Amino acid sequence: MSEALDVLLRCLVVLGAFLTMPLLVGQMEHKAMAHMQARVGPMAAGGFHGWAQLVADGVKFAQKESITPAAADRRVFELAPAVALVPYLVAMVAIPLGPFFGQGVLIGQDLDLGLFFVLAAMSVGVLGTLMGGLGSGNKYSYLGGMRVAAQLMSYELPMVLAAASAAMLAGTLSLVGIADAFEPWWLVVQLPGLVVFFVAGLAELQRPPFDAPLADAELVMGPLTEYGGMRFAMFLLAEYAGIVVLAALTTVLFLGGWAGPWAEQLGWAWTLLKIVGVSFLVIWARVAYPRLREDQVNVLAWKVLVPLALAQVTLTTVVVVW
Amino acid sequence: MVKAYGRGLWQGLRVTWRNLTRRSVTAHYPDVEPDLPPRSRGVIALQEENCTSCMLCARECPSWCITIDSHKEVIPAATDGGRDRSQNVLDRFDIDYSICMYCSICIEVCPFDALHWSPEFAYAEGDLKDLTHDMNRLRTWMDTVPPPQALDPGAEQGKELDAYERTRATEEGL
Repeated sequence: MSEALDVLLRCLVVLGAFLTMPLLVGQMEHKAMAHMQARVGPMAAGGFHGWAQLVADGVKFAQKESITPAAADRRVFELAPAVALVPYLVAMVAIPLGPFFGQGVLIGQDLDLGLFFVLAAMSVGVLGTLMGGLGSGNKYSYLGGMRVAAQLMSYELPMVLAAASAAMLAGTLSLVGIADAFEPWWLVVQLPGLVVFFVAGLAELQRPPFDAPLADAELVMGPLTEYGGMRFAMFLLAEYAGIVVLAALTTVLFLGGWAGPWAEQLGWAWTLLKIVGVSFLVIWARVAYPRLREDQVNVLAWKVLVPLALAQVTLTTVVVVW
Repeated sequence: MVKAYGRGLWQGLRVTWRNLTRRSVTAHYPDVEPDLPPRSRGVIALQEENCTSCMLCARECPSWCITIDSHKEVIPAATDGGRDRSQNVLDRFDIDYSICMYCSICIEVCPFDALHWSPEFAYAEGDLKDLTHDMNRLRTWMDTVPPPQALDPGAEQGKELDAYERTRATEEGL
């Protein structure tokens, strides 16, 4: 009985994190991006510096009609937002937040193959966008879908290689194990891996500067063109949930997770802090850099990131064996 | 020169960080009224007493948005055997702001300073017809016309002032 209660509680906490953290990142994006562009961003909703802007957005999305185009592949089209969103919820289950006031590690479920599981779930998330692109019955969406496919193919490899390097160094695929095994000098040895993982993760999420599949100026949001109302909101939520998952994975794999002073008590806070920091970097990259052209996207993956990741794996092998 | 790789990446981060750490330049308009300089082209005010109905403004207006009607009134001679004078009196002076393009030509062309720019800009209407401001409404805008901008230090003062001072000097000299 108490075990069932424990599972229920963990699920609720994960669900709560899943529903709030993307919104926090979204609000951070609103405000940080605005100030980076010398604006102030939302100021009216909620009274104090527009803190309720995303609530207002959510209400607006809920009021709108969800239209399915006549030419669309109905079931694929309607299923796509769920396929985009749910995997990130699933991924969050396996991501550890760290020791919680001496009560053990705060995590949905500690899996022996945690890293493998999370990476697999993240790849499924991208399939949602692909389905949206191919199922919309719209040429722009189709082009966007093809770009999503190309991007997925290109960036999965360096991402997995970089993650593998972290797993090799720790000697385990369990995310808790990897974060526990962290030592500060890893930051130096794993730096290329960190960069590759972060950049490849950005590309996987189709975040600017890797938003060639969405490209609002040329493909009118690509796979998302035909979506409206709650379905579109789910895609948006998936984007921000993806940022959270990517930031959390980067934190756990490369930044030591809960490593920091008083980790036994405040480990979870350290992890959250690092997640917020990495999310800020994701937002910063969006504001600072223009979109990569489609060929540049692939050149960066195959000519820069893949060799870099391979070099990182080689380096890690040498370090581990030595 | 050696092409430095990554310089653009660094610059992108630097510019955005600098903006982030400085105060934003946004004007919080509905909450804070903007501080507009004199002669901002908000709305045209009419100093009715200065107007001689010479029609220059109405004729120069590129969009024909000024309508003027006037009649002549006779001012009896002040002295015995003197000549009666006549004066133009405005009946109607309308500016249709739905076609005005704020070019400022009417104000430049007015020989008697009857027209002035006021920085007031919030006079949107629900009905297009209400954008035609009549004489009385144009007169009320006069209250919002700020004093002209101060001269730059060391600048020449206006020719009118030069002339005025010269005449005063001669009159006092006599």
